[in-house]
Amino acid sequence: MNGSMTVLRILPEIIFTLTGVAIMLIDPVMPKQASRKPLGWLAAFGALAALIASLYQYSLPVGTAYFGVVQTDAFSVFFHVLISGIILVSALVVLDAVHPDTESLGELFALMSFGAVGMLLMTSGVELLLVFIGLEISSISTYILAGFRRKTAKSPESALKYFLLGSFATAFFLYGIALTYGATGTTRITDIAAGLATSHALPIAVVGLAFIVIGLAFKVSAAPFHLWTPDVYEGAPSPIVGLMSTAPKAAAFAVLLRIAYEAFPQLQNHWMPLLWILAAVSMTIGNLGALRQKNVKRMLAYSSIAHAGYLLVAFTVLSTDGVAAASFYAVAYAVMNVGIFAVISHAGGYEDRLTLIEDYKGLAYRSPLLGGVMAFFLLSLIGIPFTGGFFGKFYVFAAAIHSGMIWLAIIGLLNSGIAVFYYLRVLTATYTKPMDSSPVLNVPRVSAPLCLAMALTVAVTLVLGIIPGRVLSMARHAAETFPVFSTQQTPVPGTASAVMAAINTKAR
Amino acid sequence: MQSHPYTWNYLPLLIQVVVAAGLGLAIVGLSWLIGRGRASKAKLDAYECGVPVEGDARGRFSVRFYMVAMLFILFDVEAVFMLPWAVIYRHLPVLTGSRMFGFWEMVVYLGFVVVGIFYVWKKGILDWTNDRGDL
Repeated sequence: MNGSMTVLRILPEIIFTLTGVAIMLIDPVMPKQASRKPLGWLAAFGALAALIASLYQYSLPVGTAYFGVVQTDAFSVFFHVLISGIILVSALVVLDAVHPDTESLGELFALMSFGAVGMLLMTSGVELLLVFIGLEISSISTYILAGFRRKTAKSPESALKYFLLGSFATAFFLYGIALTYGATGTTRITDIAAGLATSHALPIAVVGLAFIVIGLAFKVSAAPFHLWTPDVYEGAPSPIVGLMSTAPKAAAFAVLLRIAYEAFPQLQNHWMPLLWILAAVSMTIGNLGALRQKNVKRMLAYSSIAHAGYLLVAFTVLSTDGVAAASFYAVAYAVMNVGIFAVISHAGGYEDRLTLIEDYKGLAYRSPLLGGVMAFFLLSLIGIPFTGGFFGKFYVFAAAIHSGMIWLAIIGLLNSGIAVFYYLRVLTATYTKPMDSSPVLNVPRVSAPLCLAMALTVAVTLVLGIIPGRVLSMARHAAETFPVFSTQQTPVPGTASAVMAAINTKAR
Repeated sequence: MQSHPYTWNYLPLLIQVVVAAGLGLAIVGLSWLIGRGRASKAKLDAYECGVPVEGDARGRFSVRFYMVAMLFILFDVEAVFMLPWAVIYRHLPVLTGSRMFGFWEMVVYLGFVVVGIFYVWKKGILDWTNDRGDL
């Protein structure tokens, strides 16, 4: 075993761990009154270093380390880059939104770094027990972060709901692992497929898979396991919602993809209809629920349920196109969601000064920059061309149609139509001239970290919307790491992969 | 040797369940049948390890107990992880294929534990009489 190579395979995780530990060591020795913002910058630089380390991991040969429990391949590195990027932007957003003497600010940054370690381990772990530990690290950090405004009523309520339901879901996931082990004799994702082939207890494996899917569906807030989402997002501090509605979800989707396509490809006939139903129900419930919301964060919570549904559509496409579309959508959704929460965190503040859609009236007149960026991300969430949201939806539905999932695509497109309505409600509020009698919306000055965060997210969303070819080919490359697809190399003319390839070359 | 169904391996477990349930029922049932059932104040009081009952169970106590209990569990669990390591320490060079790998892994682990203690200490949580403790 080559020692230095082993360390390189978990380099981003090590960087995040050391950043978190450094923050934990520096925070208590700092004077009580001193501003904790430098610790935030430390977290941001840690995330940047992890991002660079993740990009560097692309140059590593595919392989495992630490007795085969972590694997660096195009798939895990793809999600490493995404998650490190989200943490970077979130750290900048927190730096902008919080008041320097917010209580235990140092711990907030440390928890963000530690949570990132868990999420990264979820994407690179090929041993279900390691994935479970990663899930726990990321979940426990986000439970605490959700309750960070502990002197208010709503924030601890949201943390408690998140914690109770989250632990319940984790128990499902763990029980699923146990049953899988019982049926196949292994917890190694890469060995489960072989174990299934010789297994005499296939029904137990099916039940195990169902439990794993339930646990992960909860984490990605797919309906009918979504009930916690609106309450938790409403109560948690806005900058934290931006983080926890994207990074842990991306990690959970990565785990679901890996488990479905690498561990249980033989059980396709079992999990495909399951995910079909989850996708259809999530899209419908998410969008219909969002229509009735008056609170912006609750509306975005339902919108995130709907987006989980769109993403699950891609899961039912049993080809590289599906996995590539899902990975692409994960990036597009994460970037635009973390971006819109950057604006909300700044305008509404860590203390939630603005909550209702009406509160955002005249935002664009008070601050044209914030209003413009908000409008841009709302358009991207709708899926207007030239934004990442458009190509995300396009690839998902194109892949679905080409694999014969006509009805699912129709449900999805109808839902996208419904979604326009509630996103536009926020957009019109933002651009409504406030009446003279209404209280003046007080928007603090836009700070440097926020500018950086907005510039990053807007730039990535534009790149995804105008020149998606490179990211899409990275996503396809990621999808090809699954052994199921290694046999079907050449795209058959007239199939989705051929269409994708054509789009791909044109986009380049 | 005669082959029998796999589930027969659980027969002792079934016997144990039956015996345990039977014993419990027998003891309670017999004392109900044979016992004379003369109630007195001492008999009907809440059982408090034989000590006379005093006060209300719903008293208030310092939140510090909770912090200390939590820290105790944390460090207790951390110490538990060292036991299996110590048991197989001699075999680790063979198992891991590297002479000092097992040793350094535990050094890293203990490093994290020390960071935790340092953090708790500096936050003033171990200082019982300190009101500035970050509770």
